[in-house]
Amino acid sequence: MSDILVKIRDLHFSRGDRKIFDGLSMDIPRRGITAIMGPSGSGKTTLLKLIGGQLTPDQGSIEVDGLNVHQLSTRKLFELRQRMGMLFQSGALLTDLSVFENVAYPLREHTKLNDAMIRHLVLLKLNAVGLRGAAQMMPSELSGGMSRRVALARAIALDPMMIMYDEPFTGQDPISMGVLVSLISELNKALNICSIVVSHDVPDTLSISDTVHFISAGKVVESGSPEALRESQSKWTHQFIHGDADGPVPFHYPADPIMEDLCR
Amino acid sequence: MTSRKIEILVGLFVAAAIAAFFMLAMQVSNMSSYGGGENYELSARFDNIGGLKVRSPVSAGGVTIGRVTGIQYNSESYEAVVVMAIETKYDKFPVDTAASIFTSGLLGEQFVGFEPGAEEEFLKQGDVIDLTQSALVLEQIIGQFLYSKADEEE
Amino acid sequence: MFSGLIDRVAHLGAATIHSFRRLGRGSVFLLEVIASCASLFTRPRLLIKQLYSVGVQTLIIIVVAGLFVGMVMALQSYYALIDFGAEDSVGVMVALSLMRELGPVVTALLFAGRAGSALTAEIGLMKATEQLSGMEMMAVNPMQRIVAPRFMAGVISMPLLATIFSAVGVIGAYLVAVELLGLDSGPFWSQPQNKVDLYLDLYNGIIKSVVFGVVATWIAVFEGYDCIPTSEGLGQATTRTVVHSSLAILFLDFVLTALMFTK
Repeated sequence: MSDILVKIRDLHFSRGDRKIFDGLSMDIPRRGITAIMGPSGSGKTTLLKLIGGQLTPDQGSIEVDGLNVHQLSTRKLFELRQRMGMLFQSGALLTDLSVFENVAYPLREHTKLNDAMIRHLVLLKLNAVGLRGAAQMMPSELSGGMSRRVALARAIALDPMMIMYDEPFTGQDPISMGVLVSLISELNKALNICSIVVSHDVPDTLSISDTVHFISAGKVVESGSPEALRESQSKWTHQFIHGDADGPVPFHYPADPIMEDLCR
Repeated sequence: MTSRKIEILVGLFVAAAIAAFFMLAMQVSNMSSYGGGENYELSARFDNIGGLKVRSPVSAGGVTIGRVTGIQYNSESYEAVVVMAIETKYDKFPVDTAASIFTSGLLGEQFVGFEPGAEEEFLKQGDVIDLTQSALVLEQIIGQFLYSKADEEE
Repeated sequence: MFSGLIDRVAHLGAATIHSFRRLGRGSVFLLEVIASCASLFTRPRLLIKQLYSVGVQTLIIIVVAGLFVGMVMALQSYYALIDFGAEDSVGVMVALSLMRELGPVVTALLFAGRAGSALTAEIGLMKATEQLSGMEMMAVNPMQRIVAPRFMAGVISMPLLATIFSAVGVIGAYLVAVELLGLDSGPFWSQPQNKVDLYLDLYNGIIKSVVFGVVATWIAVFEGYDCIPTSEGLGQATTRTVVHSSLAILFLDFVLTALMFTK
């Protein structure tokens, strides 16, 4: 078994005329937290959907656990997805089911466990995210942070080999942010699996990840450990980590010189 | 809403639809006159059947005893052949029964009327009625009436 | 000036291509839905739940509308027929109109407005909140779990609702004609029994409503599944569901009537 779980090679993908990935290559190890960072609109969420097989690339390949995701039959793809967990930005809980039923859903769909077993498993998973007490609530009664934690419990229900987090920290208050940060890090330690975190929240993501990939303009700009990247000489990385307003990513959207526009 | 309640309500919905179907079938449409009973077939030849159609009623003494099931044109004898299904419980029509085409009301639907004869023998499955009277076509009657008036005045 | 004209032609062409593309996508979608319906045999519970929200919850409006349509029909035909001394034919006139046309068509139009728009909004919102993607990533096919039960429920509910509509309408006509206007109840029932044909009228009406059920539900679930997942896109999709299904129902009604009642 190789140490690389996800192998992305020369990935090209475009939406309409806009090129989102232009020859992206990346290796994601089987254990530990890998962060993929980049400015908004750099296609981070799209990358997760490509890995999950929901989108098909124009060119290039993605292998997960040795299987080429986009050449699998639907049945094989669904089998592979059972071993992947994904946490959507909104949580993506099924709104007509209670918290308990949401976490039980993948178990009921994919296993033949009896009700008592499912109850045990669901309560354990909910306990792991600290929401066992909310089991009978409906998704509409939950706060954003709680929804994400329930979704996390659901993502680990089938004991996957990897979890993909899509912008887990966006729009959270400091407390629920702290809860999510420590949850991701501790779950990864406890389950010893591969976690892929897509985010543009620099300090928190750097604090928990083992490897970081910066992507911009459809390519990997720089990769390495958080410490190495903090010391990086690259101007782009420096701008992104420190959040400077101007730099290699310009403040101005490309336009004609202002005098030309005004005098037109 | 528990799933028990939902199942009961869906059950009631389907039952209401079945009830509605039976009401339409039994009370409003002619399903009751299909009767499900046994029929025997008779046929009759007419010179002109007027507006008679398949499924028009066949009656005797004003009571519906069957329906027209087929209408063909015999191009050798130049006659219309009307096939009728008569309910088996009305099987005592003498062989010299006459069949005529009548109109209910002035402009109403047309139907076949039986006038029983006097023979001892009865009509059986597949028999042909010989004594027939064609439909009265209103235009022809009016036309004849006008001609006879004109003749009188001359 | 010429460039304006060319622009307009180009625009028209693009719109035409766009609508053909949507029709193509919709047809492929319909095939996928039909293929997914087989999975319902193993999960009848999903279907029952949708029969409740698509069928049972539409029942009230169908019953009320059917009652009033029947009552109005009785009044109108009474005043039209009494001039010819043919007021005994109120029953047959109402029954025929309801079973052949008004039952299936009005039910389908109300269904498109009540259940169709709700289906579009529900599926569209599921798409907007990533619930459909979420299911896919849980290795659950949303076509089988979300779309197929709703589609089947629509196709089953429509003829049931139309039958109830017609029956309630006849009862409404009876109330007005016999109880209110004082017609004799004998010819009210006996005339339809002579003139309304079980196969030609009742069964053809039911066939019509099955066709309407397929088309109206197909449009509703497709618009929801295919919508742009924003609040604006969702609003447009819901409007399109009601408009397109109503037009499709009226057009198909003409075609089916021409095919069925030509003799």
